Amino acid sequence: MEVFRPRTWAEALRLRAERPDALPIAGGTGVMVALEIDHLRPPALLDLSRVPGRDGCAGVPGGLRVGGGTTYTALAERWAGQVPQLAPVAASVGTRQVRNRGTVGGSLGTAAPTGDLHPVLLALRADVELDSTRGVRLVPAQAFYRGPETTALAPDELIAAVRLPARVGPLRYRKTLRRRAAVRATCSVAVALDEATGLVAVGIGAYGDGPVRAPAAEEFLASRWDGRTAPEPALCAEFGRRVAATTAPRGDLRAGAAYRRQALAVLAGRCLRELRPEPTGVR
Amino acid sequence: MRVELTVDGREHSCELRWGGESLLHLLRDHCGLTGVKNACQQGECGSCTVRLDGVLVDSCLVLAAQADGARVATVAGLAAADGSPHPVQQAFVEAGAVQCGFCTPGMVLAAADLLRRNPCPTAAEVRRELAGNLCRCTGYAAIVEAVLLASGRQGSPPAEDERRARSGPDEPAGPVRADGIGDSPVRTDGPDKAAGRFEYSSDLARPGMLWATTLRSPHPHARIRSIDTAPAWAVDGVRDVITAADVPGRPLYGQMKVDQPVLAADLVRYHGEAVAVVAAEHPEAARVAAGRIVVEYEPLPPLTDPERAIEPGAVPLHPDGNVVAHKRIRRGWATQDRTPPAAVVVRGRYTVGMQDQAFLGTESGLAEPDGAGGVRLSVATQWLHVDQEQLAASLGLPGEKVVVRPAGVGGAFGAREDLSMHVHACLLALRTGRPVKMQYSRPESFFGHVHRHPAVMDYEHGCDPDGRLVYVKARIVLDGGAYASSSPAIAGNAATHAVGPYAVEHVWADGIAAYTNNPPCGAMRGFGTVQPCFAYESQMDRLARELGMDPVELRLRNALSEGGRLPTGQVLDSAAPVAELLERLRGLHLPPAPTEPDPAVVRGVGYAACLKNAMFSEGFDDYSTARVSLRVRDGRPVATVTSAATEVGQGVLDVQRQIARSELGVADVEVVEADSRFPSAGPSSASRQTYVTGGAVREACLAVRAEVLDRVRAETAGTGEPLTLANGAVLDADGRRVAGLADVLGGAVVEHTREFHHRATEALDPVNGQGDSAAQFGFAAHRAVVEVDTELGTVTVLDLATAQDVGRAVNPQALVGQLQGGSAQGLGLALLEEIRLDRGRVLNPSFENYLLPTMLDVPPSRVELLERADPHAPYGIRGVGELPAISSTAAVAAAVRAATGRPIDRVPIRPEDLLDLPPEPDPG
Repeated sequence: MEVFRPRTWAEALRLRAERPDALPIAGGTGVMVALEIDHLRPPALLDLSRVPGRDGCAGVPGGLRVGGGTTYTALAERWAGQVPQLAPVAASVGTRQVRNRGTVGGSLGTAAPTGDLHPVLLALRADVELDSTRGVRLVPAQAFYRGPETTALAPDELIAAVRLPARVGPLRYRKTLRRRAAVRATCSVAVALDEATGLVAVGIGAYGDGPVRAPAAEEFLASRWDGRTAPEPALCAEFGRRVAATTAPRGDLRAGAAYRRQALAVLAGRCLRELRPEPTGVR
Repeated sequence: MRVELTVDGREHSCELRWGGESLLHLLRDHCGLTGVKNACQQGECGSCTVRLDGVLVDSCLVLAAQADGARVATVAGLAAADGSPHPVQQAFVEAGAVQCGFCTPGMVLAAADLLRRNPCPTAAEVRRELAGNLCRCTGYAAIVEAVLLASGRQGSPPAEDERRARSGPDEPAGPVRADGIGDSPVRTDGPDKAAGRFEYSSDLARPGMLWATTLRSPHPHARIRSIDTAPAWAVDGVRDVITAADVPGRPLYGQMKVDQPVLAADLVRYHGEAVAVVAAEHPEAARVAAGRIVVEYEPLPPLTDPERAIEPGAVPLHPDGNVVAHKRIRRGWATQDRTPPAAVVVRGRYTVGMQDQAFLGTESGLAEPDGAGGVRLSVATQWLHVDQEQLAASLGLPGEKVVVRPAGVGGAFGAREDLSMHVHACLLALRTGRPVKMQYSRPESFFGHVHRHPAVMDYEHGCDPDGRLVYVKARIVLDGGAYASSSPAIAGNAATHAVGPYAVEHVWADGIAAYTNNPPCGAMRGFGTVQPCFAYESQMDRLARELGMDPVELRLRNALSEGGRLPTGQVLDSAAPVAELLERLRGLHLPPAPTEPDPAVVRGVGYAACLKNAMFSEGFDDYSTARVSLRVRDGRPVATVTSAATEVGQGVLDVQRQIARSELGVADVEVVEADSRFPSAGPSSASRQTYVTGGAVREACLAVRAEVLDRVRAETAGTGEPLTLANGAVLDADGRRVAGLADVLGGAVVEHTREFHHRATEALDPVNGQGDSAAQFGFAAHRAVVEVDTELGTVTVLDLATAQDVGRAVNPQALVGQLQGGSAQGLGLALLEEIRLDRGRVLNPSFENYLLPTMLDVPPSRVELLERADPHAPYGIRGVGELPAISSTAAVAAAVRAATGRPIDRVPIRPEDLLDLPPEPDPG
């Protein structure tokens, strides 16, 4: 098994184009498990860890750019002021050791259905910045995820960054866990409120065939909630049920489908309730 | 590919065997840095934690090539330049945070990293930050305490919220001699374990050794039509391949019933059964070659339901049918099968899932040919001698040609009572003439040892209007899996412990172990008593509810006490303080109620009590052997204790040391862990070593002492009797120094060897199960406080308190560690731990999906010790190791029952069970 270790991004893109069979590896928290436990043996690995400048958050026209090499720990701690919505999500990932290694780009690249970032990026209407020797393209998160561990990433592309819109309203992320820590989500949901329009966007993770938005539930809510007042409990419950009805949940070792349907409804309802916990004027 | 890196200040240059190698393998196998432990290979357990360029990482998740040019810090570099331990290492040793020690290197690195970032963490922060480091022994309480202790020493006072959440006996039950019985000296192997220097079986290496890997059956039940090993031989680096045809001696093994193939010959009976083994120059070559062996299977329908397996007409999986054992107890009217009248009757059917011991140090060992046709195996085991006997039989060698040596054990809990890689490694070593090392991966480990029996239990309890039990009917069906292992004894325990620590006149109890095509089940801490405890305590709750009575009150009304009679007819002839244990727990304060209660969350408190036989029962002649010698070295008297008791983390080496110190009055005591050439100590299991080996050490010490004192008497003409030994001197009755021990001994060596047998027990009557079957019973109880999210079905254990009668606390710190660790294992069974099967196939052989409790899952656990001496036991001690793992499961279940009002008739409790949702479908 060859290991390519590019020192620049341009070299990484060139190698990616030349050797699409080389599996990119960043923090290794996903790829190494595949090698060790699943005995995956790709012909080659493309190690991105030596490419400088891939981490960090910076303002860009229209929003904020989070480098693909940014670790969960960096998001949770160093960049918490720039990405207050992502910081607690990143802090909830796995274990300290995994947060220190795992990266934004790795999370998107492996697209493990349980990844904590996916529903949040969906709810924030983030774009994924994909790069190749052909040039950069921005893909909305909604279009990036394409089913179980499948994404819009082309064989010659690498994940360069995610871009968050400039205007990001309050967001709530909730997940259920089979134990209290250090375990993948049983199911997860993020609900973000655009305060200007009063509209919410919902991202669902660890549920069906891949991370998805919940357009029907979003539309349902748009006609019944102004985004300013505290939502009625009944509305939260109905919203939750509609979020859970977005797609068919799957059953696996973490939970059965019926459990996921019920739990996601509860989580989504709680997220909505917490978006506006106090009556307008009190806040 | 060559990788150059600096590890703990030393430069290393390593040629990788293949590109995908992990930093973990690089550090262990190339750099020889075995302080970095390998326990899961997927970032779930933190045992392989290192700092990579100053950042805490799991080295198994780092590609070795990524570490090229990096600075790596392992546990070996944590000590100061002068060799003195890091404050965290020191605190771990002092606080009793080290048992088997396998998690310790990673844990201390993570703790040191935390304190670097946050010098004064709260206990809650410690738990959150170290949740990525699993420990299977301690239940985490002592670890949290150690981190706070180290934090305090770094200049910041530790947070007080979790300091010493334990209590002990108010007064020691006997005289405490410094570092002797009743004291808690720092465990001798603690500093090495905290420093990563301790050598585990997986750390053994010899020049020129081969690595061996096992090929296992993908089918739970299949006929083997053919095996073609030629493709494996063609792999570069392969040196040997063995199948059943190559086993020179007895093709089967088994410690109670010889029924399990060393390698499957014509039939595989469970998913994961070993079929062939490959030895090669390096592990990747062995793994690749094993994968190329072509086995033609004819799959057969698996028989996976134990109740169906024992029905008449079921397909027999073994020549003598599917009932491995059926132990039957009939007492009172049950002998005529007449049900006595009862005011209240409750019935229940209870289920327990398959729990795994999940020790962190997987099966491993090193076999070396002795050059004269024999073989030495260094292996992590619980009992050298049964290993040795079975090995010799299957290797076809006379006993003296096979030596089993104890190697460092990374946890046991019953899973090392049976053979795993023993015969395979030895056979390969004999055939190739080279040392052969084997270490199971975590997935393989799930196939490589027996598990706790799943059980289906039908119960009927009848009581009078005041809640006094009249009768109990219990039918306990245990899924023994494909081979017998310890099933016969476990079925016996299930029957004899079927009603729990309660007085009942009329008892029907059936303990039945069945053969199925599920993974074999055998010994695990509690040994057949955990399953019935969940059932009988659930029945007690059900009765209390039916009667409208407080569940503790109902238990108190029925609690056994000294003089009470068990369903076997055996009379409890020493303390049985069941009521007092429950009262102690009831007296503990409860966690404060939440200030802002969440309407979706309900809280509940649950109690459970249990009893367990200590040591071997039912007529087994159970003994241990110890040799004690006393001599003078460098002017000081030195005692040497030798026994074959295996140290599995529980601290049996220190117990022996403490006994010798107390009995011989010498400070310097060496304890030698003998190999199988020394007489047997019996296994480190059944809560027996402190009692039995402790008893043997005591008797050998008494013989040595008597001889020394006789010499003194011969010279001092019998004044000042009785003479004693203390502080390296002979003292008279008034405590005056008669002579220095060194002077008395001179150049002589006083040495005695003693065999200690606990009092004889009786086999159970085959018809009615009557008989004094156990040498001793111990008693424990738990109280759990839980919160349940009624919308999500999630359970949080807020508090878990243990009360136990320990007879005499020989080493209070180690003992509390046993209680906290056992309680955590019970919590795991209540809420998390289950090997999931789909028609015999294991679905979750990994720490990703077999979930152990993390530091956040196990709450601070209080311990209440009673010391009611057993007059029949050395020092009055009771076997302690298993009891805490028994009633904790039932207590957590009781708390969830109290919180939700649901029956809770299955453990582990799944979220689905609390939401009226169907349990998950089989994903297969």
